[in-house]
Amino acid sequence: MMYWNSWSDFFAMGGYALYVWGSVVVVAGFMLAEIFLVRLRRKTVLRQIAAQGTTRTRRST
Amino acid sequence: MATANMNTPISAANESNRFHLFKYAAPNNFYSLAGRLIPWVTVLAALLTIVGVYIGFFVAPTDFQQGDAYRIIFLHVPAAWMSMFIYMVMAFWAAIGLAFNTRMSSMMASALAPTGAMFTFLALWTGALWGRPTWGAWWVWDARLTSELILLFLYIGFMALQASIDDVRRADKAGALIALVGVINVPIIYFSVQWWNTLHQGSSINMKSAPTMAKTMLLGMLIMALAFWAYTIAITLYRARCIVLEREQQSDWVKAAGEQL
Repeated sequence: MMYWNSWSDFFAMGGYALYVWGSVVVVAGFMLAEIFLVRLRRKTVLRQIAAQGTTRTRRST
Repeated sequence: MATANMNTPISAANESNRFHLFKYAAPNNFYSLAGRLIPWVTVLAALLTIVGVYIGFFVAPTDFQQGDAYRIIFLHVPAAWMSMFIYMVMAFWAAIGLAFNTRMSSMMASALAPTGAMFTFLALWTGALWGRPTWGAWWVWDARLTSELILLFLYIGFMALQASIDDVRRADKAGALIALVGVINVPIIYFSVQWWNTLHQGSSINMKSAPTMAKTMLLGMLIMALAFWAYTIAITLYRARCIVLEREQQSDWVKAAGEQL
């Protein structure tokens, strides 16, 4: 099931391409950026913990 | 939970057969539970997004009044719902943290704020891009738009206040006060289209009457809302785990876990 006749129809969005794609791109961009940032945050804190653990002990169990 | 996990402290392990509510209030228990949940919720979010985008942008027909500009609804309404819902959940955890002095609750509140602020901004952004072709204006100072903008400032205020206080527990308490005072704004946003004469249209979905939307459009919108919901759960748990590690760096369980964190 597909509403559009062609891909160019799809990208034109009935003349509202700027508004529709302007929404899609920014929403997707922010969500991807957020994912990137939390992954960076985790890497940073794990690096800090590794740097502190000079006498690292293995888990006993 | 059938088996006691390796991070369970001895006192809790003795009573591991008995379920108790406050088990996951302990950051180490929360950390391992969240770690197991995140992959599942992430997959769910991805699947819902694919289905929702497919229905919204490929299957749903065009709107006879608004043309294809209406398709912004599949992002705008879920983002706006999440912006309000996340605020309520954030205020709930902040209140629990304030009342019971549970560190993990306050960490959850802090983990929710950036995602809530992001969805608030996205609701405003997509709203502007929808307002321009339908109303002829990017922005108007009507009750709905103004109260949503205030919500963005509340999120930013919460994060800025927390960041400005060095002692994390004091930061949690100060943040909780902003979060709780700001809760009053959420019903104002929600009912603004009924209480005042707004340019913003009324809700297409409410509890009293049948939705005023075509079935495919409604379906696409609800699936996108579920997708954003799953996304929020996944990213919030992920960020909460970061906050746990940042705050508990000196604790024995973090040091003992070492590379297996």
